[in-house]
Amino acid sequence: MRTFLTMLGIIIGVASVIAMLAIGEGSKESIKTQISSMGSNMITIRPGTDVRGGVRLERSAMETLTLNDYKAIEKETKLLTSVSPMVNSGGQSIYGANNWPTSVYGVAPEYLKIKIWDLAEGSNFTDKEVSSAAKVAVIGQTVAENLFKDGESPIGKMIRFNSIPLKIIGVLESKGESTFGQDQDDVILAPYTTVQKRILAITHLESIVVSSISEEEAPNAVIEITALLRKNHKLTTNEEDDFHVISMEEMIKTFSSTSEMLTVLLVAIASISLLVGGIGIMNIMYVSVKERTREIGLRMAVGGQGSDILLQFLIEAMLISITGGLIGVSLGLGATLFIENVLHWPTSVTSSSIVISFVVCAITGIFFGWYPAKKASTLDPITALRYE
Amino acid sequence: MSKTIIKIEDLKRSFTMGEETVHALKGISFSIQEGEFVTIMGTSGSGKSTLLNVLGCLDQPNSGVYQIDGVSIKELTKNELARIRNEKIGFIFQSYNLLARTTAIENVELPLLYSTKTLTAEEIHDKAFKALEQVNLSDRLDHTPSQLSGGQQQRVAIARSLVNEPVVILADEATGNLDTRTSYEIMALFQELNKQGKTILFVTHEPDIATFTGRTIVLKDGHIIQDYINNNVQSAAEALLALPIEED
Repeated sequence: MRTFLTMLGIIIGVASVIAMLAIGEGSKESIKTQISSMGSNMITIRPGTDVRGGVRLERSAMETLTLNDYKAIEKETKLLTSVSPMVNSGGQSIYGANNWPTSVYGVAPEYLKIKIWDLAEGSNFTDKEVSSAAKVAVIGQTVAENLFKDGESPIGKMIRFNSIPLKIIGVLESKGESTFGQDQDDVILAPYTTVQKRILAITHLESIVVSSISEEEAPNAVIEITALLRKNHKLTTNEEDDFHVISMEEMIKTFSSTSEMLTVLLVAIASISLLVGGIGIMNIMYVSVKERTREIGLRMAVGGQGSDILLQFLIEAMLISITGGLIGVSLGLGATLFIENVLHWPTSVTSSSIVISFVVCAITGIFFGWYPAKKASTLDPITALRYE
Repeated sequence: MSKTIIKIEDLKRSFTMGEETVHALKGISFSIQEGEFVTIMGTSGSGKSTLLNVLGCLDQPNSGVYQIDGVSIKELTKNELARIRNEKIGFIFQSYNLLARTTAIENVELPLLYSTKTLTAEEIHDKAFKALEQVNLSDRLDHTPSQLSGGQQQRVAIARSLVNEPVVILADEATGNLDTRTSYEIMALFQELNKQGKTILFVTHEPDIATFTGRTIVLKDGHIIQDYINNNVQSAAEALLALPIEED
């Protein structure tokens, strides 16, 4: 019973380390898959901030990205598969008696390829519709649900976005929420020319999204685009870029580092309970050595050497911690299953986390068992035998 | 002439307690031959316990000679002493000192586990079984000390002292915790073992024990004051029969 209570410290420590690691790894992995579901090869080019007359200007006020840039990128790069310009505008969409606030994204037909997005019904707009600035649109699931409440098919219907009539030719598949909690289905896609000319009345671009030929080539593609844009913008070597090129990989890095920090924090907290468990072992071993002084004396009298006694108590300490570790691992796995199935948090148990916590356990046993064991082994057999 | 098992010459042992030096043994000499059954008597404070510690290789003398089975223990290290205790000495204590929650046979096996000889688990079990047979406890192998009477526990302890075939058995007040009847039973067992050729050293302060042994050494204030051969050794088994039968 007493041994079990001692073990409890180790059990809780190990179980929490395993569960915390699982949560940390799980969230890291889910961020990764979510970001790559947005298109892992995706690279976004946005205008850079600039200072004019000492005033830092808002990014949307920048007009450094133009259709010429888009065309240059499309023609002169080798590492990209699809390129799409992007302009967007927020506003109210209306169909019959229903209305819904959303954003319209003006893009090229390639946009769906870049985002790895399919249509649920209907079709995408064509290059021809882009060049004629046709009043057509493809809508996301959220928009479809809110404007067409009776379950009627939106295909072929006319909606109004900020009083511009748009004919719906396609409905996108549901993509769900992004990692950042944004509803990716709450969107209307239209030819960028339509948005530029009919809705926003602008000629510059807000961003250009491209996809590289592979994830590995993404960093090289970033370099290629940067060089091309610097040349086209006629920037001298000591001038800063007036644009930003961001690859998905960088975003993954940013977000995994956040969750990694979280994992480290959680594990640090869990380790403290492991440490407390270790001190518990030290305490129980200390009491055990005191209680069994006569036994130690007897073992010495019948020929046990100091090293035999040391080994015996070390093994006992290790047995306690390893048994605790075993129970802790299974409890941690149980907790992980519970978190996954009941709380629906993403989790991921790595075998290394089990091995590490197990090894740490054994080391804890040796470390905290050493002092009491050493004390036992150096007892004087005469006093030990007479100890009451 | 039989072999000398223990040889002690001018043995001295003193302790420093604070600023005082206590001379527990002030130069004693004797030797014990193989097959002897010796009682060491003395009141408390006579140096009896100190002598026992030295004899048992738990302690080392300040000066003088102590040889056991031809080995001088004065220059030995702690680990070498442990080996001597394991191979040459069988201990029996007043309070038995059995491991609780451990069966009789496992208690007897204990010295063999620390032996430097490599024995298989089977050999260890066999030896322990034979030792328990010698003390008539072969039917109590799997009993733990709490399931045994005092006399039975002491017999397990005797079996433990026999198991490694030591050259001498050291008994420290081995009957001190037992009633007269059980004491006589134990003494009868010792006499039996002595007849088989075991050398036994029995430390006690009870004078009637000495009547069962062939030689008595009496200590007082760190000196030997008497060392005599008992020509009229009584049989403990007969004494046992002579005891009035207790009524329950």
